[in-house]
Amino acid sequence: MLAKPFDTAAAAAAIPAAASAADSINYSNYPDEHGRFGDYGGLYVAETLMEPLAELRDAYLRLRRDPEFIAELDRDLKHYVGRPSPIYHAERLSKKIGGAQILFKREDLNHTGAHKINNTVGQALVAKRMGKRRIIAETGAGQHGVASATVATRLGLECVVYMGAVDIERQKINVYRMKLLGAEVVPVTSGSKTLKDALNEAMRDWVTNVTDTFYIIGTVAGPHPYPMMVRDFNAIVGREARAQMLEEYGRLPDVITACVGGGSNAIGLFHAFLNDREVKIVGAEAAGDGIETGRHAASLAAGRPGVLHGNRTYVICDDDGQITETHSISAGLDYPGVGPEHAWLKDTGRASYVGITDEEALAAFHELARSEGILAALESSHAVAQGIKLARELPKDQLVLVNLSGRGDKDVHTIAAREGISL
Amino acid sequence: MNRIDQRFAELKSAGRTGLIPFVTAGDPSPDHVVPLMHALVEAGADLIELGVPFSDPMADGPVIQHASERALAKGVGLAQILGWVGEFREKDKNTPIVLMGYLNPIEIHGYAKFADEAVAVGVDGVLLVDCPLEESATIKPLADAGLHRIFLAAPTTHDARLAALTREASGFLYYVSFAGVTGANRLDLAPVRARVAAIKALAPALPVAVGFGVRDAASAVAIAEFADAVVIGSALVEHLANSSPAAAVTAAVRDFLAPVRQALDARSARHAA
Repeated sequence: MLAKPFDTAAAAAAIPAAASAADSINYSNYPDEHGRFGDYGGLYVAETLMEPLAELRDAYLRLRRDPEFIAELDRDLKHYVGRPSPIYHAERLSKKIGGAQILFKREDLNHTGAHKINNTVGQALVAKRMGKRRIIAETGAGQHGVASATVATRLGLECVVYMGAVDIERQKINVYRMKLLGAEVVPVTSGSKTLKDALNEAMRDWVTNVTDTFYIIGTVAGPHPYPMMVRDFNAIVGREARAQMLEEYGRLPDVITACVGGGSNAIGLFHAFLNDREVKIVGAEAAGDGIETGRHAASLAAGRPGVLHGNRTYVICDDDGQITETHSISAGLDYPGVGPEHAWLKDTGRASYVGITDEEALAAFHELARSEGILAALESSHAVAQGIKLARELPKDQLVLVNLSGRGDKDVHTIAAREGISL
Repeated sequence: MNRIDQRFAELKSAGRTGLIPFVTAGDPSPDHVVPLMHALVEAGADLIELGVPFSDPMADGPVIQHASERALAKGVGLAQILGWVGEFREKDKNTPIVLMGYLNPIEIHGYAKFADEAVAVGVDGVLLVDCPLEESATIKPLADAGLHRIFLAAPTTHDARLAALTREASGFLYYVSFAGVTGANRLDLAPVRARVAAIKALAPALPVAVGFGVRDAASAVAIAEFADAVVIGSALVEHLANSSPAAAVTAAVRDFLAPVRQALDARSARHAA
């Protein structure tokens, strides 16, 4: 007798069902007026930033209802970013895996090569409307730095990008791209010299130059209104994907997945589906060398609630409350916190978060390259790995939608070095 | 009565300006924290701000960042710091102690547990940089236990907010003299004087301490013209940074802080005359 190619009962059990607490929540109504998603989020910053954050919140809440602003943003997303990004059915990969159909939301095809531009285009327009002349940003993998430098130069604004010295070393191409775009890249040598320290340094710049400077935070973390605003600008990903699924496939996907560092591409995909209870949601965090080794960046899977970078969320810290160094092959996921909305989605059970190791991400990178001709970013390769895992457990008529959040050109040196090849 | 209130009442009746040094607990050496605290008092400190080191001090400039990194590298943590305060209290029952730092170490320690322990060892107040008024419900257990929550006001704090801050403040209000991180050199006295006057108009009885950018006797005396107390942090931490053995630390404190005390007292005496 032929073995069944899949076992639907086991597959259903493999994916956590939405908890009952999640069933009564209207996810469109969050954050509340204090910037809270349940117990998470809020405004944990020094006094000097409280009024500037209130001004930003008020300006943003006004602009997001302003038809002229919305029209300008839509024009930029269409003609500059290149939206809508397609959904691509990875037939060859799906066939090889032998389970559910794997679909990719192709954010890697955006201008500058990742979802990050959705947010920076939006925030730059807010900055311009608020009369700021200077943009600052933090960056890990460099994608957000490039996306910030891009929009700043286009609007004629000065741009300073803070980047950990360790990340500068592993993302040289993006550092040079930022310089070509006219940005100043400031190496950050404090702490672990990675994304978290770059964020600290950008905050210090902002608190010092707050009257003329706009801080474009690149992820859905930080003090209110950033987690909301960055989510809103990235939510185009999920809104588009939802409409494309209905139009091209006649139904919603069964599972959606995305990688989660700070969580901006993930919340971007997830948000439009949060009230679709039949769609399972899985986030893929960086498990680095493996969660059990302690060398990882899986804040939700292995961290605990705490306060970092202006919000309450899950953080990776020791018993003294000191934030500990994280590890991931991917600079963009190498962060000891996570957006507060993800922390809440984990607690309500609406989404589940799992770890993908460096090795699993690399294997997925190669699998995707060889089967579909797509070089994914190392960050996105974590989502690809999770998508493959999910597909393997599900029947062929199910649809797994993976956010392919960025392209891998920036990572070829890292991958070559890891595999002992000098370019 | 909380020691902070007691101390500001004494300063007021004596017509003196308070001197508040900040040191990062455990820097330059975890072995000499208690002697250092006593030396600060001998050199003229009216209240001590003891910095609780944190891995991600977003509001601090390089001097205090590095002091925190050094202390953390030597394993300094909250439990140890509370132990030092207890040891200090064995000999000094009067000098108020404010722990200054960031939320996460206390969040992880547990707010109620921290509050009980801090009160037991003789801590008088907390200044949590990343816990503004809007989030102060988070640290309610600390207030319930009798610790003063010291709030900051800044040049970006508008009038309505200032009014709310003065209503909620306990102990004293810490006015941040410029928009920036600790240790920067951006002090411009005229706007500081105006904002302190605005605070005084709203809450005449609330003591106001001014910090950020106070580096020496001259800047302290200038601030003393309109503030109830001056806070000296980065300049002192920098001065201590290379003084490891106990004698050197004590000497460094005397060399640095005593002249500031003398200058402040000379100003008070002139003012009284």
